[in-house]
This record gives sequence, structure tokens and C-alpha cells, in this order.
Amino acid sequence: MPDKLTDQTSKPRPSPAGASQAVAGSAAARPGAEGGTPAVEFRDIDIAYGKFVAVRDFSLAIRRGSFVTLLGPSGCGKTTILRSIAGLVDISGGQISIGGRRVDDVPIYKRNIGLVFQSYALFPHKNVFDNVAFGLKYRNVPKADIQRKVRQALEMVRLPGSEKKLPSQLSGGQQQRIALARAIVFEPEVLLLDEPLSALDANMREEMRVEIKKIQKETGITAIFVTHDQEEALSMSDRIVVMNAGAVEQIGTPEEVYETPATAFVADFLGKANMLAGTVSAADQQTATVSLAAGQTVTVASPRALAPGAAVTVVVRPQKLAVGPAATSNRLAGRVVSTSYLGSSAIYEVDIGGRTTIRANTPISGKIAREGEAIDVGFGPADCVLLDENGSRIA
Amino acid sequence: MTRGWTLYDPRLAWILVAPVLLLLIFFLLLPIAVMAVYTFFTFVTAGVETSALTLANWHEFLTDAYYHGFLIKTLRVGAVTALICGVLGYFPAYFIWATTFKHKWLLLLLLIVPFWISFTIRTFSWIHILGEQGLINVTLLKLGLIDQPMQMLYTEGAVIMGLLHFLLPYMILNVYVSLEGIDRTLIAAARSMGCTSAQAFREVTLPLSLPGLAAGLLLCFVLAAGSYVTPQLLGSGRDALFGNLIYDTIMGQLNWPMGATLSIVLFVVLGCFAALYTRYMGMSQIVKGLGG
Repeated sequence: MPDKLTDQTSKPRPSPAGASQAVAGSAAARPGAEGGTPAVEFRDIDIAYGKFVAVRDFSLAIRRGSFVTLLGPSGCGKTTILRSIAGLVDISGGQISIGGRRVDDVPIYKRNIGLVFQSYALFPHKNVFDNVAFGLKYRNVPKADIQRKVRQALEMVRLPGSEKKLPSQLSGGQQQRIALARAIVFEPEVLLLDEPLSALDANMREEMRVEIKKIQKETGITAIFVTHDQEEALSMSDRIVVMNAGAVEQIGTPEEVYETPATAFVADFLGKANMLAGTVSAADQQTATVSLAAGQTVTVASPRALAPGAAVTVVVRPQKLAVGPAATSNRLAGRVVSTSYLGSSAIYEVDIGGRTTIRANTPISGKIAREGEAIDVGFGPADCVLLDENGSRIA
Repeated sequence: MTRGWTLYDPRLAWILVAPVLLLLIFFLLLPIAVMAVYTFFTFVTAGVETSALTLANWHEFLTDAYYHGFLIKTLRVGAVTALICGVLGYFPAYFIWATTFKHKWLLLLLLIVPFWISFTIRTFSWIHILGEQGLINVTLLKLGLIDQPMQMLYTEGAVIMGLLHFLLPYMILNVYVSLEGIDRTLIAAARSMGCTSAQAFREVTLPLSLPGLAAGLLLCFVLAAGSYVTPQLLGSGRDALFGNLIYDTIMGQLNWPMGATLSIVLFVVLGCFAALYTRYMGMSQIVKGLGG
């Protein structure tokens, strides 16, 4: 771990702690506005393994009944946060509350949380009924109620009548459904999902995504979902917490984090945006003209007047780029490096000079440009986000 | 038709298995077969037998209670040793598995260290501990707790002690391996659903480690019941086990046909026991899985 540690301390933080706190703070204000206590609240959480700091200064309030995703690359601390709610990891600073009750010193078995693991973690020596009934048994639920609740839970995950089967007799997707039934059957205060789809194959993943979301809506349970898959995060969440190196990069709705990334990391992690470095050559209140390092000049919408000479990065999503005759504004002349044909669309890697390659994902109209062809790419002045020299979005 | 060898060629498989197969046939199956034939030979006098076929040896074994007593005693000592091994061995195995100590390999190495010293020497060492002039007696005498040395050596207790000393590492390793195979998220899952640590152990860890315990019990039982050196060194004549009886019959009385008969008896009894046990344990695993 030592290289990871130095990596973390030596790397300039794209977002100062104040900025991430402000975002987290505004998120915390939300449930307050609706008058309820948040289902889960983190205040200034620090988690360290020995000298390695896994999570720093993490604050977040999660509204009751919402579906919140912790998204980030592996090692960013998202799973650690999830495990800290469950009590599987001790926090070294700050406090965690579930339903307004501080749980820092509450042992795991008294926290009333439902956990779904990537590896399903079904008890291999118990059948489906005993697996699902497990949490109820330890809550002293009467036998007749256990029968009924287990049946209902199995109906909810669309596996009725599977009570007598052993986990080994079920497919991966079915096992994960049983794990989900087992986690929700005793009506926990929070449902924690630790990369529950990662072990499934692609088709099953898509199906389970819809299924989990549906069950979460039906039961109204508060769900915290951990993933490194941006598609899962974007399609399932009410809110996404994008994390990197143990700290929050941005908190927002899927649209917010995708359309207006707060930092260079978010822009790059969600959807591999094109990052065009440049300097402001002219600016007014609404627009800025940026001379790109690649040599061209573009004019983009700007939230405020920028100082000429300031270093900025223009962030453009591949989907926002027009190619060929469709490129009307901010035309950048280039040459196709590679073409990936996807059926309804195509992805072009275009060399626009200055050792800059730009990635465009556009619907196919007419002829597909081949490698080596000269081509223009362009984007509308408002179809981009401007980042300052620290990599934070200019607002 | 000359074709190249493929990786999964059945001919290649036979060639690879052949050396072991030949070793087994010529040095295990064939000798056992010869022994089996010997049980029907006629004993004339010490060291002399004829190949006239007879059922006398089997008749003697089946009718003489002297042999039955030894067989039952041997099975009893084997069972007691295996059970004590199971009880004593589970805890260190669990400890090694559960510890957060960084150098777990060191603990496992400690288990194997005794194997570096000859088994016979390790058994002899008990004489210096349990004997009349041994460590325990001398210490207790010096402390004035006893007036005369206690009889510890050359008892069944000493034999079982020696067998435990010999067999515990096998038990610990067997249990440890099955514990190591348990997915720890299962325990986290049980805890998250309301189990205390002790309840999670009972619900998850213990049932999932039972196969290792069962395998350990069988191994210890068979090795203890088939032991010869330990009862020879630590037991008196009365504490001899079946193995010693065979040795005495062949080397002492030079009665090879009877010795062969007794050998085949022990071989068949332990073999049947192992087969039945494995079968039963295999069945019970499935039953346990279905019944929950």
C-alpha cells in the first residue's frame, strides 16, 4: 500500500476539501427541507487502515426511500463506506447515524441493515427457505409469520416455490434474487448493495438492474448501491456520489453529474469525455474564446467573464460532437485515426493535431468515414463544460 | 495413421498413470493377494508352513475370544483417540484460521515442525516425561506431592497420549483446510442479519467446517487403530493393539499363516470402516444440505 499512500498525498487534489463539503452540505440540506430525518447520515467520516487513509472527511445525508449510488474506481473508498454503515469496518473519526440514531458503537447485528454482496453470500448448507428466513429467525418472528413473509419475499423476486432448493441448484441471477429477498424480508432500515451485479453476465445484469430498482420503489426502502459501472449508476440512481481516492468528487442526480461534471475526474470517469486543454484568448459575460493546445480556436458558452490568458479545459462528451457536414460550429479539422461501427452509431477517433485525439460518438448518416480520411468535428458553444486550471468546473 | 499427441489424449493419460499403477500393483495389491493366499496355508511348527490349504487359521480367529478382545480394544482406542483429537484439534485450527496475525504461515509451519523429527524418537521422548524417573514423577516427588512414583508409562493412557501427540497435526490441518474454504462474507452476512459472533459460528462456521472434522476423525481413527510403534513403546503387554499382535505372531511365534490372517482381518475391518464412513458422511452432507 505505500505507493498508494504517496500517490494520494502527493497528488494535487482536483477539488479542495471545502468544495466537496459544500456539495455534500447542500445535499444534506435537502432532506431537511422536506422535514424528515435522513435515513443515513455521515458526518466527517474518516476511515484508516493502519497508515493508509481509505476515506477522508466524508459527509453525506441520504433521504428516506431514495436510491443513492456510490460510484468510483476500485480503491476509491466506496465499498469501505458501505461496510462502515454495516459495521464491518470501524470508522476512525466522525459519526454515522441510521434513522437519526448514532450507530458508531452499535454492533453489526443490532444495526438492522440488509446487505447484498457481490458474491451472493448465500449459505450453501441451507435451502432457500432457511436462507431467506434467517434474518426473521433472529428477530424472533413467529413461525407462521416467517412462512408468510418468506413466501411474499420470494414472490417479490419472482422465484416463488423455490423454498426447498439449495443455492447450488440455482443460477447466478437466481442466487442474487434470493440474496435480495433475504436482505429485504425483515424490512431493514437501509438496503446496502455491494456491487451486486458485477458477478452476473451482461444480459442478467441488465435484467437485475431493472428488478432491483423496481423492488426498491415498491418497498420504498432506502438503498445504497456501490458500483464502478457508470451505466448502472446512471440508470438506477436518484443521486450519485462520485468518489475518487477516498473523497467525494461530486454529488448530484445522474443528469447533473453527467451533463455538468464538477471536476475533471468526474468528466473522465463518467463517459470518457474529451478534455481539450487551452487558454482563454478573449471573453465576455456569456462566452469565452479558447485557443486550444491542439492549435484551433473554439468559442464556448461561459457562466461568467473569464480573464484572458487563464488556463482552461473544455470538456465535450463524445455524443455531443458532430462529424462531417453536420459539424457547423466550432469546427475542428482532423483526420480519422480509427472507426468503430456500432450499428446505429459509430465512434470515431479523430486526430485534430497537436497530438490531441478527440473521440466522437455519432448517429450514422450517409457514408462512414474510414481511417485516414480528413474529417471535421464540431460542437455547439453550449455543449461543453469549462474547467479551471485545478480541474474544477467554472460556475 | 500417425497422429500427433494431444494434451488430453487418453493414451498419454495411461502412460502418465502407468508408473504409479505398476507400483501399486506390484508392491501393494500383489503382496496383499499373497498374504490372502497365505491365510489358507497350514502351520506346522514355528517358521515352517506347508501350502496344503486349510481353513484352520480362519477357524481359530473366528472362534478364539482372545483375538476378538484385541480387535475390540484396538477399535476402542482408535475411536477414543480420534474423538479426543477432534475436540482438542478444532480449537487450534479455528485459532489459526481466525487470527489476524500477519505471519499465519509461521503458525502452520509450527504444526509441521514435529514431522522433522523421527516419529519413533518423538514417541521415545514420552518415556522421559511419563516414566518412573521421568519429568512428572521426579518433579512431584521433589515437591513432596507424592511419596512414590505414579504408574503412567505402560498404560493405555500413555498409549492414547502418544497417539494424540502423533495425530493432532493431521486433525488440525484437516479442520484448518475446511475452515479456510469458508467464504468469510457468509459470516458477515449472518452477522448483518442479526447473529452475534457465537450464533454466526453455530450457524455458518461450524456446519461448514464439519467435512474437515469428519475427514480428520476418519484419518486419526484409521492411523490410531493401525498403529504399532506407539503401543509397543508406551504400552505394556496388556495395552498392545492389533498391530502388535500381528508382529508378535509373525516375528515371535513365527506363525506366518496366522499372522497373515490377522493382517487381512485388520486390513478388511479398517477398510470397510473407512468405506462405510465415507459413504455415510457423503450421504449425510446431502441430507444436511436438504434438511437445513
